[in-house]
Amino acid sequence: MSDRGTAWRLSVDADTCIGSGMCAGIAPGLFTLVHGVSVAREAPIAPDPAAVDAAESCPVEAISIRDAADDHLVAPEP
Amino acid sequence: MTDTRQPGAARPYPFSDPDRLNLDPLYANLRRQEPVTRVRLPFGEEAWLATRYADVRTVLGDPRFSRAASVGRDEPRTTPQQIGTGILSMDPPDHSRLRRLVAKAFTARRVELLRPATVEIADELVDAMIVAGPPADLVEAFSTPLPVRVICRLLGVPVTDQGLFRTWSEAIVSTTSLPPERILEYLGNMRAYMAGLIAERRRTPTDDLIGALVRVRDTGDDRLSEQEMVELAAGLLAAGHETTVTQISNFVYVLLTNPEQLALLLARPELVPAAVEELLRYVPLGAASAFARYATEDLTLSGVRIRAGDPVIGAVSSANRDGEVFEDPDALDLTRGANPHLGFGHGVHHCIGAQLARMELQVALETLLGRLPALALAVDEKELDWKSGLLVRGLRTLPVTW
Repeated sequence: MSDRGTAWRLSVDADTCIGSGMCAGIAPGLFTLVHGVSVAREAPIAPDPAAVDAAESCPVEAISIRDAADDHLVAPEP
Repeated sequence: MTDTRQPGAARPYPFSDPDRLNLDPLYANLRRQEPVTRVRLPFGEEAWLATRYADVRTVLGDPRFSRAASVGRDEPRTTPQQIGTGILSMDPPDHSRLRRLVAKAFTARRVELLRPATVEIADELVDAMIVAGPPADLVEAFSTPLPVRVICRLLGVPVTDQGLFRTWSEAIVSTTSLPPERILEYLGNMRAYMAGLIAERRRTPTDDLIGALVRVRDTGDDRLSEQEMVELAAGLLAAGHETTVTQISNFVYVLLTNPEQLALLLARPELVPAAVEELLRYVPLGAASAFARYATEDLTLSGVRIRAGDPVIGAVSSANRDGEVFEDPDALDLTRGANPHLGFGHGVHHCIGAQLARMELQVALETLLGRLPALALAVDEKELDWKSGLLVRGLRTLPVTW
């Protein structure tokens, strides 16, 4: 994992999400369940270990974190 | 509803001894009339019990509820021993640190890689049943060996040792089936066995999950303590023995006693994934709900004031029958569309083996129904022998013919 970036963009693949509530429990400020599907905060965030925890813990790997500057994948690890 | 309590007194919980897979009708009454109620479990302090879907999801998923806060409290429980340690008694970020170490091995993507081997095992087991001829005890011939072999392969536990931990793993789901001192003895055996296996991995590194945990532990960045590693590995092995094993037979029992739904599934095998979700919703695996979450601040649930420090239990099986979320909730409907059931829990403690269990249950039903389409009970339903004194509902034996 590289966390050198200064801002991250979060996204959740709504078709993959199973609504386990894992991310919303780990990082409640960043992910919210809307009608049973996780929605990530839209605005870029400052690098936050809780976001990485959420992306790495998602049972269906529906979350991606990308560097806002160069779009490289920060998490999850392949 | 029949209620002979003193005003304000807590109801004894569980409300009744488990009756096969039937949910106590009191849950439905409570959802309507008293959705958050006081209960007293066989052990530990009094608690609130939430029975509506929305409230149960809040209790399990909202960070204002804590599992870590149960440590040091006399936790309400149906087992004499208190868990006290381990991943189920942690909150983020401690919980995330441990969970992340094993989460990768259980993602949908990684689990799909195990599907062909699971199909192969299921086929071998059915081959053996066919060679021996009907009748067979499905628990012994199929439901037990299938998940046991898969979890052993994933963890790297020698299948030849399965006789040992099959006895011991009952300890993690035992309420009264084993005497308390035996529960402690078996849990100790399980940890000692795992510690031995871990020591072996240190001498001879492997690519299985235990080998991977040993590597993380030994890179020395304090991500995992020795005790955490032993408990995590023993917990995964035991969970792999006592849940999917039980549910395969429960699911088959439900299908064999719901002939219309069984006929539908035989005619439309593409419904298997949806059928598995519906069975996860419909079958109350737990004899009772437990693992109270402690409120970390004052809040309200369905209008009831919960104070900071109060333990609240989410009744998962009741939530799965909430008519506000599921149309005709007491009907088994394998064609049900969206099925946001809480069979694997919700929130940070959502079952880590959920994707593995789903895959195994799908393979189990596809293989059994595909190869033995005339599958039927070999005895009268009333003669089936149900286990008791456990956290889970399940059959001791399931005699079937085909």
